Amino acid sequence: MDARTGSETTPTKNRTTVERKSERELVVTRTFNGPARIVFEAWTRPELFKRWWAPKSMGMSLRSCEMDVRVGGKYRLEFEHDAMAFFGTYVEVTPHLRLVWTNEEGGEGGPVTTVTFEEKGGKTLLVMHELYPSKEALDAAGTGAADAMVETFSQLDELLITLGASVGRS
Amino acid sequence: MVQYSRTGFDASFAALSDATRRGVLEQLGRADASITELAEKFHMTLTGMKKHVGVLEQARLVTTEKVGRVRTCKLGLRRLDEEAAWIERYRQLWDARFDELDKVVEDLKRKEKVDGRKNRK
Repeated sequence: MDARTGSETTPTKNRTTVERKSERELVVTRTFNGPARIVFEAWTRPELFKRWWAPKSMGMSLRSCEMDVRVGGKYRLEFEHDAMAFFGTYVEVTPHLRLVWTNEEGGEGGPVTTVTFEEKGGKTLLVMHELYPSKEALDAAGTGAADAMVETFSQLDELLITLGASVGRS
Repeated sequence: MVQYSRTGFDASFAALSDATRRGVLEQLGRADASITELAEKFHMTLTGMKKHVGVLEQARLVTTEKVGRVRTCKLGLRRLDEEAAWIERYRQLWDARFDELDKVVEDLKRKEKVDGRKNRK
């Protein structure tokens, strides 16, 4: 959809794209100005991961971040305020190339996330691929994520309609 | 996210600033209706109603669908809009994350350089 379009950004900032590739797949891409081993490190060392995964600009901060990055190893991330937790298991760990893990906080509907790191000319193209068990699971994840905003909109709309209706009747 | 919402809000406010359009929304909240039916109900010309519906459509408060010669209007936000909205929100979250990750990458690159210099000594 139009998530891919939009203005080109300045050379220092690379663009993040998100695309629903199919009914069950979501793909996020981004290029980083550094070699794959460095980007990979930032995804696999908790003290580094912590620094970017909960961006302050989005009002997030992590209370804890545990990562046992090896096949079968677990991870667990807990947010500061509501103690919301994300957890799962690493399924594949190929240094500087590929990471695969499960997302188990949502029960059976959780996706499997695959991140690949592709280095080219000192830059790294990162592709994050999330495969949901079903279309319904992906739809539900989207609805969950969008709930807050859609709710705000529909509350506003409802309010305005109520106001409008009372004005209209008078 | 802010920008997305603001555009949505502005369009919503503009669309809702008119009594007829609010009436149309209220009407569509009860049942879908054709432009002709709406024009009759609000004692308007077809052209006038088309304009109002157009404004509501732009604000994504209403969607229309033409079947044969009849254009039917329904209340938005429809699913597609919702999907576009959450994908955009998701993109903004990852964009914010990756901006921070850029900084981590820069730090690590700098460190490698410094370490490299040290090792050469």
